[in-house]
Amino acid sequence: MPKLPVPAPLRRPSKPGEGGNGASSNGTEGGPGGGAMEQAKHGAAEGASGVAGWLDERSGATGFLTGMLFRKVPKGTNWFYTLGSATMFAFAIQAITGVFLAMYYTPSATQAYESITHLTNDVFLGEFVRGMHKWGASVMIILVFLHMGRTFFFGAYKYPRELNWVIGVVLLILTMVMGLTGYLLPFDQRSFWATVVANNITATGPVVGPYLADFLRAGPEFAATTISRFYAIHMLLVPGLIAALIGAHLYLVVKLGTTAPPWLKGEKPKSLRREEVG
Amino acid sequence: MKQAEKEDYLQNYDLLKKRGKPFFPYAVLKDASMMLVVFVVVAVMAIVLGAEQGPKADPTTTTYVPRPEWYFFFLFEVLRVLKPPWLVPIATVGIPTVAIVLLLLLPFYDRNAERRPERRPIAMIAAVMSISAMAYLTFLGASAGTPTEIDQPAPPGTEAGLQVAAQSGCLACHKIGENGNDGPGPELTEIGDMLPRAAIARSLQVGPAIMPSYAELPPKKFDDLTAYLAALNGNE
Repeated sequence: MPKLPVPAPLRRPSKPGEGGNGASSNGTEGGPGGGAMEQAKHGAAEGASGVAGWLDERSGATGFLTGMLFRKVPKGTNWFYTLGSATMFAFAIQAITGVFLAMYYTPSATQAYESITHLTNDVFLGEFVRGMHKWGASVMIILVFLHMGRTFFFGAYKYPRELNWVIGVVLLILTMVMGLTGYLLPFDQRSFWATVVANNITATGPVVGPYLADFLRAGPEFAATTISRFYAIHMLLVPGLIAALIGAHLYLVVKLGTTAPPWLKGEKPKSLRREEVG
Repeated sequence: MKQAEKEDYLQNYDLLKKRGKPFFPYAVLKDASMMLVVFVVVAVMAIVLGAEQGPKADPTTTTYVPRPEWYFFFLFEVLRVLKPPWLVPIATVGIPTVAIVLLLLLPFYDRNAERRPERRPIAMIAAVMSISAMAYLTFLGASAGTPTEIDQPAPPGTEAGLQVAAQSGCLACHKIGENGNDGPGPELTEIGDMLPRAAIARSLQVGPAIMPSYAELPPKKFDDLTAYLAALNGNE
């Protein structure tokens, strides 16, 4: 185990009674690895002191954090395995730029367009932030599909990670819903008419289609409330769901461990022992 | 998946994991590098491509051809392939729903314990075909014309209507003679022979299936448009 540049608080041991939090509950991954054990011994002498110690005594966070940080990533993990975190990062870009856009945006049929003109032309870095949000959406979609492709081709959706595949597909759908609802908000000709067609497409659905279309439009016609309805779905409902599901997705990744490339075979315990010593 | 196969997998995974490296700093470093790449790509796109603002939305005209974002092309183009009106719900709701259900339930019907791509021929063929179909439909969507000119003489006395039809983006979804896109909407070359003018007007007002309603057009333009369409009979 090489010496790692770990900040001091994370080297502290788990407090009594919370050892199960990070390390041993991760049954399938075989604990957080030798590193954490070593550090636990190390930290016992240090004792809990300062802000980190105070927080840890009340939250048990370090046990979880060391378990998460020092969990082992299987041999052979390559660059394809960065696509998931890259997708999450793209979502973070969308969330942060979205907050700044919301500070200037007026969700009304009469002022939406003008508020974006103002944002684009007058606000410091306004066009840049709007550009990042617009193109970040495309990049996020591409990353979602690449991440899904990696999961499919490497067979990573198989036992025991079936549930995480299902969560991932729901996240894909929610990401597409973000694209659809966000498209109306600039309220130019393109976004308006494309949304009219999208809504008509919704209305062709059997049984619930027409009702769903009426719900999205907030009535039988496009009206003043349509845009605020799309805005609420786009910046409150769906991002909340996405954030919660990313949390569940990550929890399962940490709990079950990232997959290894499918063509690798684990070696016999003999060579393993040699590795651990050396 | 049988119990033995499950245990086999977990055991093998455990061995690989024991020989792995800790998430921090090794995987974190790779992830962070990739995140930096993502940030730079998005920032450069924002600077180079910008965020253009089109003309303001105006329900009384459709001077813009309605097009979805590029990542919806593959869904939108299915409508071009399945054009007959009774097939429209299959294209709009049926196919996407089936695709989503197949995707969601993948781990439950693919119970093969094998993970190596070269030993999963059926899964690989299905994936390559799906990806090719999506790529082809996206390409179709990207290369579909967005013409706002109708390069064909109007029937006598209906020139004003031809202008309205061109400005209103009819050609995004309809074909008139050699102009426009073949779908999702029906061809309009001989629409005057097929429908009486009142029926054409009604269609424009209602917007059948996925078509937007044109009821908000100014009355003069609306009349010009129906006159033009009613006069289309395929003879030039």
